[in-house]
Amino acid sequence: MRGEKFAIGIDVGSTAVKLVLISGDRKVAHFAVEPTDPRISEQASRLIREAREKAGEEVPVVATGYGRKLVREKAREVTEISCHARGAFHFLGREGTLIDIGGQDSKVISVGEGGTVLDFVMNDKCAAGTGKFLENAAVRLRLSVEEMGDIAAGTREEVSISSTCTVFAESEIVSLIAQGTDVPSIVRGLHRALVKRVVAMARTLTVAPPVMLSGGVAKNRGIQQILSEEVGLEVLIPEDPQITGAVGAALFGLDT
Amino acid sequence: MSVLSYIVSYSIAGKLLLRARRLRDSRSLSRARWDTSLIAPPLKISAWTKELISRHYLKGRYVEGIKPVAWVTSGAPVEFLTALGLCVLYPENHAALCGTRRVVEELSEAAESKGYSRDLCSYARADIGALLTGKTPVGKLPRPDLLVACTNICQTVLYWYRVLAEHFRVPLVVIDTPFIYEEATPQAVEYVKIQIEQAITTAEKVAGRKLSWSRLTRTLELSREAVVLWGEVLSRGRHVPSPISVFDQFIHMAPVVEMRGEEETVRFYRALLDEVEQRIRKGMSAVRNEKKRVLWDNLPIWYRLRALAERLAARGIAIVASTYTNAWAQLSDLMDPSRPVESMARVYLSPILNRGAGYKLSLMKEMVREYSLNGVILHSDRSCKPYSIGQVDQRKLLTRELGVPALLLEADHADPRSFSEEQVFSRLDSFAEMLGA
Ligand code: SF4
Repeated sequence: MRGEKFAIGIDVGSTAVKLVLISGDRKVAHFAVEPTDPRISEQASRLIREAREKAGEEVPVVATGYGRKLVREKAREVTEISCHARGAFHFLGREGTLIDIGGQDSKVISVGEGGTVLDFVMNDKCAAGTGKFLENAAVRLRLSVEEMGDIAAGTREEVSISSTCTVFAESEIVSLIAQGTDVPSIVRGLHRALVKRVVAMARTLTVAPPVMLSGGVAKNRGIQQILSEEVGLEVLIPEDPQITGAVGAALFGLDT
Repeated sequence: MSVLSYIVSYSIAGKLLLRARRLRDSRSLSRARWDTSLIAPPLKISAWTKELISRHYLKGRYVEGIKPVAWVTSGAPVEFLTALGLCVLYPENHAALCGTRRVVEELSEAAESKGYSRDLCSYARADIGALLTGKTPVGKLPRPDLLVACTNICQTVLYWYRVLAEHFRVPLVVIDTPFIYEEATPQAVEYVKIQIEQAITTAEKVAGRKLSWSRLTRTLELSREAVVLWGEVLSRGRHVPSPISVFDQFIHMAPVVEMRGEEETVRFYRALLDEVEQRIRKGMSAVRNEKKRVLWDNLPIWYRLRALAERLAARGIAIVASTYTNAWAQLSDLMDPSRPVESMARVYLSPILNRGAGYKLSLMKEMVREYSLNGVILHSDRSCKPYSIGQVDQRKLLTRELGVPALLLEADHADPRSFSEEQVFSRLDSFAEMLGA
């Protein structure tokens, strides 16, 4: 692999660190995803070392995500907004509206030609409308987040969760269970509550089709299904939604 | 005793000391802390600004028993108070100062522990906290003899000043200004005019003298001159690259708010205008490497001015205009010293916050064109609701109709607890990337 042009993109998120090594012809040559370690700099260094062992010591690193400042090897920092837009365009080749639901924040980006950012909004102030909302509920329901998505997608029964607040939703779940409501319909209701919150935010932009979904939560079939219902449009998902941001970062690395 | 201490501490020693400090400061401004590799060195006028503000509060410290004191809202018709010789103090400006000195959190907590909600305007919380604890970065605030609240900025001031009236047991004059949707109706002007006339009667009682109409006319003239000059200063921001940034404007706007109607204020703004024009002649820009020009909507984030200025300047972003600083320049056309009370009624009915959200949108559009702007930052201010309402739609319409990128930035004008540094900077970075800066 040595001798060719390469770039590394590393997306240090609040729940996971994603690294992508991309070759000059824009193919993903290697990638790694790990839960974020409290010692972010060391973790990033190790992942970068592993990637550089494959492609060479000089491969430039572009860092993105909340922990981007902690990546010592970075040649450049680019924000997640720009990286997600670029990454999604790379995978899907479409302009449109990109929704990214992360562990602790969510963003909606109007993606233009070539993956440029035309407009964006984000929520990083409140856990409702982020992956955290489902994580919290999962703990209450003694389910894993992965199971929840399949349960939500596998039922048509649904109760309406009226609290958008993560804390209040938890007590609502407790009382629904106490009333004997079955778990799948609660789970689907929770997914609806999360999606509605994100869609309300998306509507502050002009939602141009197609709608694309990235971020860790994009793999969740329940979210995919309900999002498509709520926006009334088909939802496209990149091949590997979790590494969209890292791929975008790596593409910025190829520019330099 | 108090007359003596006023004369000695304020009129002689204080004024002289402050003048000496200004002379010293004007020679050593280069020592300022802002990163001058990114931003032009502070305007030379800064030493004078500092002197004016310090003197204002120093006077307040010793004025009790010498002159009657009025506490007023920032949008109150102040000219008749000045003409009557009252010492005028602005609690909102005091709270902004508390913001820059980063003491709002402590003061606000004092107010909150007495039951004032955290949802209240942080200016109100800071000032009420200062009242309850007696703590203020200016040493001491003079006790008011009169309170004047004008509702042309928000309804909060109405309740806030009622609290003050109860606390100090002094007369409160409320000037109620009907909201303007399109144009001020003759009835609205008449209604406000009558209230100002009544306010004059109350103020005369407090002052213990009759208002001299020639002095009122003169005060209005001076007020108008200062406002016109302020508008001229701001308009120099149209020059590319801009000689003055919104951060300069935030710092040097205090006199036009607090000292309108005084001779020295007019001289001050004339000097500021000269200096800004000199900068244009010398090709000096406020942001060293100006690449993109942006509009700011809403109040400043007082406790992070420097960090924001530097972060943006590092990416070549210059904020060159704002709806906020512009508010004090906007009303000069309506000021007519030959019809003092009626023109005051018109002026004080018309501030941006007393008009519809559509008006603000059209103003922003106009500014985007006039100042050749590439983007808009809308500070969504947690505790100033009247300024923030409508921003979600304004943002969308600016983007859609003018094609200028606009960013909603969540923070608060004085309370740092509503400011999340990482998130704010991350949004600004994304915005900068989107602008191509
Ligand atoms: S609420 Fe807004 S307009 Fe009213 S006093 Fe506070 S900052 Fe000023």
